[in-house]
Amino acid sequence: MESGTSIWERMGFRKSSGVAEAGWGHTLVVAGVSFIYFLPVLFIIFTAIKPQALALSVPPTLSPTSLFGLIPDQFVFTPTLENFGSVFSRVMTAGGQPEPTGFDRFFFNSIVIASVSVLLALVLGTLAAYGFSRYPLKGNDTYLFIILTTRMLPAIVVIIPVILMFRAAGLSGSYLGIIMLYTAFNLAFTIWMMKSFFDELSPDVEDAARIDGSSEIKVFLKICLPQVIAGLAATFVFGLILTWNEFLFALLLTGPDTRTVPVAMNQAVSSGGRGTDWTLLAAIETLFLIPVFLVTFFLQEHLLRGVTFGTVRK
Amino acid sequence: MSVTPVTSVPRTARTSPALLEVSADNWRLAILVGVVVSALGVAALPASVSFWIVGAMAAMVAAAFVVNAYRRRYYGGLLVTPAIAVLFVMNIFPLLWSLGLSFFAYQSNQQSIRFVGLYNYIKVLTNDIAAPDNWNALINTAMFVVLTVSTQMIVGFLLAMLFAKQFPLRKYLLILVLTPMMLSVVASGVFFTYYYDPTFGILSYVMNSITDGQFILMDSKAGAVAGIVFADAWMWSPFVMLLVLAGLVSVPKYLYEAAAIDRVSAWRRFWSITFPYIRGLLMLALLFRTIEAFKLADLVILLTKGGNDTMTISYHLIRIANEQNKTSEGAAISYVMLFMVIVLTNLYLYLAKRRNREA
Repeated sequence: MESGTSIWERMGFRKSSGVAEAGWGHTLVVAGVSFIYFLPVLFIIFTAIKPQALALSVPPTLSPTSLFGLIPDQFVFTPTLENFGSVFSRVMTAGGQPEPTGFDRFFFNSIVIASVSVLLALVLGTLAAYGFSRYPLKGNDTYLFIILTTRMLPAIVVIIPVILMFRAAGLSGSYLGIIMLYTAFNLAFTIWMMKSFFDELSPDVEDAARIDGSSEIKVFLKICLPQVIAGLAATFVFGLILTWNEFLFALLLTGPDTRTVPVAMNQAVSSGGRGTDWTLLAAIETLFLIPVFLVTFFLQEHLLRGVTFGTVRK
Repeated sequence: MSVTPVTSVPRTARTSPALLEVSADNWRLAILVGVVVSALGVAALPASVSFWIVGAMAAMVAAAFVVNAYRRRYYGGLLVTPAIAVLFVMNIFPLLWSLGLSFFAYQSNQQSIRFVGLYNYIKVLTNDIAAPDNWNALINTAMFVVLTVSTQMIVGFLLAMLFAKQFPLRKYLLILVLTPMMLSVVASGVFFTYYYDPTFGILSYVMNSITDGQFILMDSKAGAVAGIVFADAWMWSPFVMLLVLAGLVSVPKYLYEAAAIDRVSAWRRFWSITFPYIRGLLMLALLFRTIEAFKLADLVILLTKGGNDTMTISYHLIRIANEQNKTSEGAAISYVMLFMVIVLTNLYLYLAKRRNREA
């Protein structure tokens, strides 16, 4: 860490420009590209705050503000927060009272199932990756390839044996079953990713520590692990994103109590035979995006710090 | 910590216990007991109880292996075992199960099951009625794999190059680019049907105001494929970007400084400094995106329902195995597909290794 960076410098007002630093000109270019890339997401977020009647208007309404007259009036809508309320409780039958939809429970399920299984996969996967990287077994590459193979078949092929297995064990519809399944689902990627990070480390430091009498456990915890924090962060984010949005396993293996948001989202927007409820879908998705967006944002620093930060250069 | 000489054990040469000796590291005995007890349990008790007995026996064998590995300092095996155990129970075992099913005639909505050998494989590959659809879906999948993976690699790489430098507000802009990946495919897929919609959609609105007549993207095969590839590449290019970026920022700055002093051209700087640092991660991105591209189904279901000749093998599989209940036929198709993915990934890994040796 650089010490004593002023608030100005941290915001980007840097006087000295090093080799790999660019100024506001570059920011402008990247901002343009990023904004265009982000537009389809922005549209979903704007749909979430649209009045329901305007969801399918022609011409499409694009913005909640006219940006001081920059955007013609026909594209502007008046924002509302109604849709977020109807995620959690809305009128289900014509003329009835608003009923709770259970989405608070589904959000809780998604958070518990995704975070527990990704962390579990991260712990088991990092240990395994360290083993594969530092103590190669006989037929190391074969094991790694078999692990990779588990990701190659479409989920639909494994699903029938898994359903039968879970039924026999009484695991269908329980947290334990789906968490274990998602842990396995994440392991392949975690192992491959963490192995590539461990492989990048220079073994010199570890050998030096061993000569100084550090135990193997200490070498792993005190020397190797701190160097791959960036890798851990990246793997965690990827695993979280994939598990967060997984649909097929969740559809077939979660019960009413353990249902996750993607499944509930699918049911909520396509039930009733009235076609897609666009504003409701957008509101659910916007809320569902927030946790994973925040996690990614706060882990970003680690994500970008680089693998070899602060260690001996190869 | 004092250890009496009687119980202390030499750290290296430790003989394996005899077969019937009761000791915590006697994995041979553990397997023997495990198999016998599991077999008795399965034969005598209902499935809901025997499942847990088999599980407990597996845990006992695993524990014996762990103690054995620890006492004999097989750290590799010790570290790898827990992950492999979870993968085995939740993934490899079901995979082997469905491999077994592919040799039987079985439909999930019927009770009968009959061994038919390779009949399912011959049927899905050569039968006059079933095979043309399968081959067609396979060819479409190959096309989607090439188009989506190459688009993602190029776009992801270019995006990573944009973000490789340190510049003001970088972290706020980066998160904007990463967001598409975080969307649930249910929501983003459904919204892409809206963007492409001929009456209400934004794309048609823009196109209709530029050209005359009604613009319908999904009208032709080329349009439908382009629509699917665009949506998929938009969602998953950030994945490639993040991996490449992790490699790019790990390049030590002093190498660039040295190159600047030596006035090395940008082209050479890239190939001799940058590329070696991102090669492994590029490989990983390519590998995982290819594997995922073979499984492309959800976007096709949402956008075209397989119309306009955009049926992919995974969607075809869902129809056969889930909607038509032809479980074992579906399993056969998926193992044909697995074979192709294995050939392709081995080719990747082989090329990567050869390059590594050259470098």
